[in-house]
Amino acid sequence: MLSLLAFIPAFPLLGFAILFVTAGLLPKRWITTIGVGSVGISAFLALIVMFAFLGAPQPYTKVVWTWIAVSSFTPHIGFYLDALSGLMMLVITFVSFLIHLYSAEFMSTDEGYNRYFAYMNLFVASMLVLVLADNLLFLYLGWEGVGLCSYLLIGFWYRDPANGLAARKAFIVTRVGDTAMAIGLFVLLTNLGTLDIQPLMQQAVVHWPVGSALPIAAAALLLGGALGKSAQLPLQTWLPDAMAGPTPVSALIHAATMVTAGVYLIARTHVLYDLAPPVQTAVAVIGALTLLLAGFSALNQTDLKRILAYSTISQIGYMFLALGVGAWSAAIFHFMTHAFFKALLFLSAGVVVQRLGEEHDIFRMGGLRERLPLAFWSFLIGSISLAALPLIDAGFYSKDLILWEAWSDGALGPWLWSAGLIGALLTAIYIFRAVFVVFFGPVGLEPSGPTGWRVAIPLVVLSALALVGGFVEIPPYLGNVPAFSRLMQSALPTPPAMATAGSSSELMLSAIAALVAILGVGIAYISFRRRPAFLEALVQSPASLALQHFWETDWGFDWLYDRALVRPFLWISRIDQGDVIDRFYGGLASLSRVAYRQLSESETGRVRRYAAGITAGSVVLIAILVFA
Amino acid sequence: MSVVLMQHALFLAMVLFALGTIGVLMRRNLIVMLMSVEIMLNAAGLAFIAAGSRWGQADGQVMFILILALAAAEVAVGLALILRLYQRLGTLDADAADKMRG
Amino acid sequence: MTIAFYIAAAVAVVATALVIINLNVVHALLCLVISFLAVAIVFYVLGAPFAAALEVIVYAGAIMVLFVFVLIMLNTGGAAIQQERHWLTPWIWVGPVGLAAILLGEFVYLLWRNPVAAASGALGEPRQVGALLFGPYLLAVELASMLLLAGLVGAYHLGRTDRQAADERGRM
Repeated sequence: MLSLLAFIPAFPLLGFAILFVTAGLLPKRWITTIGVGSVGISAFLALIVMFAFLGAPQPYTKVVWTWIAVSSFTPHIGFYLDALSGLMMLVITFVSFLIHLYSAEFMSTDEGYNRYFAYMNLFVASMLVLVLADNLLFLYLGWEGVGLCSYLLIGFWYRDPANGLAARKAFIVTRVGDTAMAIGLFVLLTNLGTLDIQPLMQQAVVHWPVGSALPIAAAALLLGGALGKSAQLPLQTWLPDAMAGPTPVSALIHAATMVTAGVYLIARTHVLYDLAPPVQTAVAVIGALTLLLAGFSALNQTDLKRILAYSTISQIGYMFLALGVGAWSAAIFHFMTHAFFKALLFLSAGVVVQRLGEEHDIFRMGGLRERLPLAFWSFLIGSISLAALPLIDAGFYSKDLILWEAWSDGALGPWLWSAGLIGALLTAIYIFRAVFVVFFGPVGLEPSGPTGWRVAIPLVVLSALALVGGFVEIPPYLGNVPAFSRLMQSALPTPPAMATAGSSSELMLSAIAALVAILGVGIAYISFRRRPAFLEALVQSPASLALQHFWETDWGFDWLYDRALVRPFLWISRIDQGDVIDRFYGGLASLSRVAYRQLSESETGRVRRYAAGITAGSVVLIAILVFA
Repeated sequence: MSVVLMQHALFLAMVLFALGTIGVLMRRNLIVMLMSVEIMLNAAGLAFIAAGSRWGQADGQVMFILILALAAAEVAVGLALILRLYQRLGTLDADAADKMRG
Repeated sequence: MTIAFYIAAAVAVVATALVIINLNVVHALLCLVISFLAVAIVFYVLGAPFAAALEVIVYAGAIMVLFVFVLIMLNTGGAAIQQERHWLTPWIWVGPVGLAAILLGEFVYLLWRNPVAAASGALGEPRQVGALLFGPYLLAVELASMLLLAGLVGAYHLGRTDRQAADERGRM
C-alpha cells in the first residue's frame, strides 16, 4: 500500500502531459475528466496511503531512481513519508481536488480551459513533489515548479499586460528568495556532504555546535527562500498583485498550498533552526511584524480579493510566529485549518465576483445575503473561522494554540503574544468589514446567473471542514483531544510549552483571545452597519485619510522597492545599452550590411563588366597554371 | 609545302584572340561585340589548324569544321536575340540591358 | 610560301585591329571579311586547303552575310556613327588592353619556354578529312547537326515579331 506513494505526484503530472500534448484537440468533457480526475485519483491514493501509514506510523522512504551520480553526491528521485509530509500531502490533494471541481464550472466559459487545467495539474504535481521529496535538491525542483506554475497562472489572461506585469513581479520577487535558498543549499552541501534530508539533519547535529556561524548562515539563507515563497516581510509585495489571476488559482496557490511551502521548508529543516537560535527568533519576529503589517493593510482595501490576499499574508505570519517559538506542530495545525477556511473564503468570493460581472470593489456590492445565500453562508463560515470566534470553528483552536505557545516563549514571549492578539483583533475587524459591506445593507449590483453543483459541493465540504477541522486538537480544559500533536510527534519535536498545557494561565489567555475576536466583530458591526457620525468624521479627517492611504499601499513597500531597486536597475540597463559587447555584435551586423551593399554594387547588369570579370578570372587561373 | 614554325602560327592565333577580347570588352555596340566573339572563335580554329599541321594529321581540320558549325549556330541565334533586343530597347547599346542590376 | 604566311598574318592582324576600332559598323564588317580571307590564306599555307575553303565559304560567305542582313534590317544610319563616337571615350581601352596584354604575355612565356618543332608541312587532303569525319568523329558530326537544328528552330522562333505571334495565336 505504501508503495503507492510514488504515484501520488505522478497522476497530476500525467494529466499535465496529456493536456499539454493534446492542446486544443480534446473535447471539453475529456479535459475536465482528465484535469479533475487526475487530482481526484491522487486524493484517493493519498487517503489510502495515509490509512496504511497510520496503522504503522514510522517514516517510509521510496526511491524511484537515482537522479544524479557525481562522485559522492547522489540525489535520488525519492519520496519520504512521515506524519508531516503525509498530512501536507493529504490536505494538498484534497483541497486541490475540491478547487479543481469548482474550476470545472467557474472556468467553463473561458477559452483557455485546456491550458488552465494543464497548468493546475502541473502545479499540483510540483507541490506534491515539494512536500514528498526526500532530498533538498528534489524539493528545490518542486519549489521551482510551483513558482513557474504560479507565474503561468497569475498571468493566465495574458492579453492584458497588467496581468503579465503582476506575474513577472511575483516571479522576480520569489526569485530573490529562491536564490538565497540555492546558496543555502550550496552551504549545506559543501559542509555536510549530502542533501538527503534525514541524513543531513543528523550530520548537522553531529558536526555543528549550537549557535555557530554555519548553521546560522544555512538557516538564514533557507529562511530567505521561505520568505519569498510565503510572502513575508520583506518579500511580501507580490501576493496582493497576484490576485490578477483567476479566483480558483488564488484559492489554491496563494492561499492553501504554495504560500505555505515556506512553512513546510522550515518545519522540515527544523533541526537547523534549533541549531541557530538567532535565526529562529528572527523567524518569530518577522512573523509577528508581517501579521501586523498585513492586518493594517487589509483593513484599508476596497478590492475583495486583495483583502483576502493580505489576510493570507497575515495568517502565514501566524504560522511563522509559531515556527519561530518552536511550536512546529501548531504551525502545521494552523496551516491545515487555514487551508480550509482561506480556500473557502476565496471560492465564495469568486462566486460573488463572477455573479456580479467581475466586480471587485466591495463598496459597489451590498445586500447579497438574500441574493446569493450559498456564497453568503460559505463566506460567513469562513470569516468566523478566520476571526477565530470561540469554540465553534477550526480557526479558534489553531490560533489559540499559537498564541499560547508564543506567550510561553521566554523573554520575547509577551511581546509576540501581544502582536498576535492585536493581529487577531484586526483580523476580526477587516473580515467582518467585508462581510457587512458585501452581504448586508442595500443592494448594490444585482447578481446574474445560476450556481451549479460543481461550485456548491466544494463550498459545502470546505464549510464543514472549516467548522469541524479543529476538533482534532482540543486543549485540555475544553475536552483534551491531543490527536494532532500526537501524530506530529513522530516527525516534529514537541514545543516546551506543551509541558505546562492546561494550566490556568492558558485558560485565561484563550479567554482574552476569544473576547478580542468578539470585540473585533462588534467594532466592525458598529462601524459598517450603524455608521455613527463621529466615526465618519474621524475617518474622513486628513490625517486619517493619509494613514489609510499609507496602509492601503502596503506601508509603502511597493514605492520603496520601485525607487530603491527597480528604477536604478532600469537606469543601469539603459545606459549600458551601447557597451563594448553590444558594439561588437552591432559591428558584425553592420559589417555584413556593408559587405552586402558592396556585393550588390558589383552586380551592374552590364554584360561587358561580367565579361571583364570572366577574363580577369581566367587570366589569373592561367597564370597559376603557367607559373606554378 | 614550306615549313612554317608552329610557334609563329600559334602566336598569330593568340594575337587575334587578344584583339577579339579587347573588342568584346571595349565596344558597346552589340553587333560589334558579336563580331569580336567571331574573331575569337576564328582564332581558336586557327590554333587547331596549326596543331594539326605540326603533327601532320587531319584532325585539326576536323576540329575546325566542328567549331565552324558551332559558330554558325551561335551567330544565327545571337543575331535573332539582338533583333529582339533592338525591338525591346530601341537601341543597340549593350549597357541599356541592365535590368538585372542590384 | 613562308613569306605568304607572314604577309597574310600581317594583313589579318591589321584588319582585325581595324574591326574593333572602326566607328562605322558596316566598315567594321567589311574589315572582318578581309581578316577572314587573310586567315584562309594562312590555313592554306599551313597545309589545310579544305579548312581554307570552308573558311571562305562558310565564315566569310555565310556568317558575315547574316551580319549584313541584320544590319540592313536595323537600318541605323548616320546617327549610329555619332553614337559610336560618343561611346568610344579616350580612356576606354586601357582596361581591356591591359587584360589582353597580360593574357598574351602568359602565352608568349609558355611558347618561349617550350620550343616546338616545326610544322611537317604535309598537305591535309580533303579525302583524309572525310575519312576522319565518317570514322572516329561520327558522333561529333551527329551532335553538330543537332546543334544546327536547334539553332535553326531557335532563330526562327526568336526572329518572329510580336504581331506575327499574336496572329498565329488568334488563328489557333
